[in-house]
Amino acid sequence: MPAYLWLVPVLPVIGLILIIVSGRYRPRWSGYLAVAAIGLSFLLAFLALGELIGQGTAGTVSRVETFDWFRVGSISLQLGLIFDPLAAAMLVLVAFISLVVQIYSLGYMAGDPGYTRYFAFMCIFTAAMLGLVLAPNFLQLYIFWELVGLSSYLLIGFWYERPAAAAAAVKAFVTTRLGDLGLLTGILILYSRTGSFDFSQIAAAVRAGNLGTGLLTLAMLLVFLGAVGKSAQFPLHVWLPDAMEGPTPVSALIHAATMVAAGVYLIARTFPLFAASAAAMQVVAWIGGFTALFAATQGLVMTDIKRVLAYSTISQLGYMMLGLGAASLAAGMFHLITHAFFKALLFLAAGAVIHQLGGEQNLLAMGGLFRRMPVTALTFLCGALALAAIPPFSGFWSKDEVIAAVERSGNLALTLLALATSALTAFYIFRAWFLAFLGQPRGALPAGWGRDHAPGHGPGTHRPDAGEASPVLVAPLVILAVLAVGAGLVGSPLFGGAFAAFITGSAEVSPGLDPGLAFLSTAISLVGILLAWAYYGAGWLSAEATARAVRPVYILLVKRYYLDDLYAWLVRRVLLGLSSLLAWFDRQIIDGAVNGLAWLCYAVFGWALTRLQTGRTPSYALGFVVGVVVIVLVAIVFPPAR
Amino acid sequence: MLSAIIFLPLLGAVLVALVPSERRTMIRWLAGIFAGLPLLLGLILYEGYDVHAGGLQYVERVSWVTLPEIGVSYFVGVDGLSLPLIVLTALLTLVAILASERITERAKEYYLLLLILQTGVTGVFAAWDFFLFFLFWEVELVPMYLLIGIWGGPRREYAAIKFVIYTLAGSALMLVGILALYFYGTPHTFDMTVLARRSYAPAFASVVFWLLFAGFAVKLPVFPLHTWLPDAHVEAPTAVSVLLAGVLLKMGGYGMLRVLVGLLPEATRHWALPLAILAVVSVLYGACVSMVQRDLKAMVAYSSISHMGYVLLGVAAFTSISLSGAAIQLFTHGLITGLLFLLVGALYDRAHTRLIPEFSGIAKRQPLLAVLFTIGGLASLGLPSLAGFIAEFTVFIGSFAVLPVFTVLAAAGIVLTAGYLLWMLRRVYFGPLAPRWERLEDVRGVEVIPLVTLTALIILIGIEPSLLTDVINAGVASLTTSAAAAHPPGALGWIGLPGRPW
Repeated sequence: MPAYLWLVPVLPVIGLILIIVSGRYRPRWSGYLAVAAIGLSFLLAFLALGELIGQGTAGTVSRVETFDWFRVGSISLQLGLIFDPLAAAMLVLVAFISLVVQIYSLGYMAGDPGYTRYFAFMCIFTAAMLGLVLAPNFLQLYIFWELVGLSSYLLIGFWYERPAAAAAAVKAFVTTRLGDLGLLTGILILYSRTGSFDFSQIAAAVRAGNLGTGLLTLAMLLVFLGAVGKSAQFPLHVWLPDAMEGPTPVSALIHAATMVAAGVYLIARTFPLFAASAAAMQVVAWIGGFTALFAATQGLVMTDIKRVLAYSTISQLGYMMLGLGAASLAAGMFHLITHAFFKALLFLAAGAVIHQLGGEQNLLAMGGLFRRMPVTALTFLCGALALAAIPPFSGFWSKDEVIAAVERSGNLALTLLALATSALTAFYIFRAWFLAFLGQPRGALPAGWGRDHAPGHGPGTHRPDAGEASPVLVAPLVILAVLAVGAGLVGSPLFGGAFAAFITGSAEVSPGLDPGLAFLSTAISLVGILLAWAYYGAGWLSAEATARAVRPVYILLVKRYYLDDLYAWLVRRVLLGLSSLLAWFDRQIIDGAVNGLAWLCYAVFGWALTRLQTGRTPSYALGFVVGVVVIVLVAIVFPPAR
Repeated sequence: MLSAIIFLPLLGAVLVALVPSERRTMIRWLAGIFAGLPLLLGLILYEGYDVHAGGLQYVERVSWVTLPEIGVSYFVGVDGLSLPLIVLTALLTLVAILASERITERAKEYYLLLLILQTGVTGVFAAWDFFLFFLFWEVELVPMYLLIGIWGGPRREYAAIKFVIYTLAGSALMLVGILALYFYGTPHTFDMTVLARRSYAPAFASVVFWLLFAGFAVKLPVFPLHTWLPDAHVEAPTAVSVLLAGVLLKMGGYGMLRVLVGLLPEATRHWALPLAILAVVSVLYGACVSMVQRDLKAMVAYSSISHMGYVLLGVAAFTSISLSGAAIQLFTHGLITGLLFLLVGALYDRAHTRLIPEFSGIAKRQPLLAVLFTIGGLASLGLPSLAGFIAEFTVFIGSFAVLPVFTVLAAAGIVLTAGYLLWMLRRVYFGPLAPRWERLEDVRGVEVIPLVTLTALIILIGIEPSLLTDVINAGVASLTTSAAAAHPPGALGWIGLPGRPW
């Protein structure tokens, strides 16, 4: 393990401290400090990856170094570092996307009153995410899991004065925490049966048969619940679309490329445990597959460009889960990596549009932007082609591997589901592209449509003269576009499935592309693009007419299957109702009983004592005699010691 | 040295009494010094405590001239359980004094009572003679009654009398329990170290257990004996709330660990099921009721009930890890709730209201308070890297092996806690700034010192928990080994019920 590895997560912490110290006096430094700290992190991570690749097969063994954090009772709780291909790949990915997003943010956040705070939070996030990736045990994983949740909360609610942002932040934290309760319980079960938090020791204990299959399945399903929350899988996905209230670079980094993929990473990290429970794997596959389709349908009708991308993220995370559930670690991780590039690209490109339009996020208010922002339009197109899985863009290779893995696992229903989702994916992303970049400008919508806050402009002030964004925004788009096009090659059959061999550490090469399946899925995607063209490019078909024709379905999609309403009802009516009832019970019944008892004592004793105070000497004397007799009797029955 | 820690505040109280009441600054300084010296000495003790040797250290023992034959002695000492709490008491008293700048009415009596309170509470944590323990336990009552009753809010008299009657009722039962233990063996003694080595007939132990439990449960407090707490907190002035939640509740938890676990381990094990049920109900019930409170202080008060449920859970599970978790929770909750009450007080001093619905978006006007409030809230909801997580996580891993279902139910509290705290922060600090609060001011000056100190400690312990856990481990180790030595676990399962229900 490289000696400098610990610096990778620590550098952003140093950046954070420097930002806090200097922020008050030199607010403009904070952006550069963040870029510098995360840039160094990336450099070291990249070096470490190179070292690992240089070691060949010797590098594929997991290396763990730990130290005692604190002791309770007879056990010692440990933190440390793990280093293996999985960690190395993820580390480089996180540090790289974070670096690109920080550079982009220098331009995007310029002039925002919370500039310093923004970069401080971004450093917290990057440090926590890198710490999570390097976690050698469940304890450390849980700690950083919660900390990335914290930074997500802080950054969603970054523009805290806006009620929607403040509400979305709480919703995100509490919804994911519900999943975390599952994760915690799963960890507790595993710990109680194996006496360890360490991934490899637990895996060894499982191999040794220390856990029954039933209990292991339960534990892994609970761990998966944590992943469901963090990776926004059905039914805990509701927080992610609302999380778009945060600044767009945050959406790109945290809510698309990295943090939401932590759930996928968790399953990859504990893959041997999941692999030991066929039932748990089935659940992972089905939840993933269902989420992919379910979220894609909602992406069809969203008019906010960021929400289209948000549902797309949920859907793609579903694909990753599907790949893992189909027993292919390599497919799931491969799709995680390509998705990180092209989805970060899509978000940042959307951010450039939003920024140039003064905060406009509504697709219906855009149009004709290709001529004015050609680079942004073309890079967005690269991302869209990658997302739609058109060869040779990166998404094609990874998604195809997922579908091939599902097909190999013999689950026909899920294979069809995944293929159907391809059509929807291609349709919704090209709908967005056609609406935003082609046709004629449709002009501003009434005030209040715009959501994102673009510094220096009021929200929703449409600028018809908007041109290409400044180089600091455009350069990251170009870099990411290159990767969105090319990153898939490392996992493609052209390179002999090098990625799969690297990440799984096995020499056996993946079965490679299934030409028939690849052709089929590409054809399906092309149909989706064609349909989008028919509606939004050429205007052969009318979206309004279709929406009218299938009105109930359309309403159902726009209302997000009423799930948000259901949850809101559960929280407001059931939870708060029950709580109010308990509060009433507390004040009226329990406290009422206490006060009633006090009153009763007062009345009874008051009455009795009044009777006793007769004022007649004989009755006092009688009481005295009785008292003495009792004391003497007690003394006889319980003689004093000695 | 230990006696100095206990009685220096009392000396300070005497000196304060001698100062003319107009000289408020001098009184404040005197009070600060005599509350601060024990903190300094306490830290020296803490540093000097030998964690490898463990057990009882810094013992001071004097037979009372008139009372040796009935087995009473002045017997004080500290172990890993009591030492952190003694330091916490001194720290929070000093914090309370710093935070009492706005008390102008009858300031002399106020500071005098705070100092007496400190002596009483410290004495409880240091006493190893049951008679002395009870004496200190009662000493604390009077100043608290007066502090709430004189300097409290509109319903202060009701709240104060309720506090006293509740506690007195509890301590009356406790006294019966103590006397029963005293009379049970020969020679009769109040010496806790001797009492801990004795074994008791099961039926007797059970009765005594519930008598003592009643006294501690009122203090902790445990559902359904908790209703004095919200009233007392809502009425009490800020500094008194800090001490009430930060230190006085801990007497209940400490009593459970020291007396129930230490002296009556079989009975505690035997009654694990009802304890666990009460713990879970306290956690969830407290959290739910907290959620719908409109008054910030009432919200924090109910959240204390919820958090103290974890202490009871740790006691019920009775493993060395869960007991450590309970002890850690006593300390960290003292810091966190102390901070939260200070923050509510600082807000109230400026806004003159504590009603959550009246606020909106005041983070714009109070950036520092908003940051501290957020950290306090996050610590309270158990965010890793802050102190609360260490305690709760330890309780969970310690309790799960013994009481899995109850532990998971109690752990559900972390979701509810996140819900009500973040929801509160959102309504009070975030969202658009209401015009009414345009002129609201942030904290500054001396006030910031205690706030930042507590916050820094919360972060420090969250990152470097061994500062606390090494000492607590030593305490729990001696607690459980002495219990195990005198009472082999084979003695479980009498009175028909299984000893460990899960």
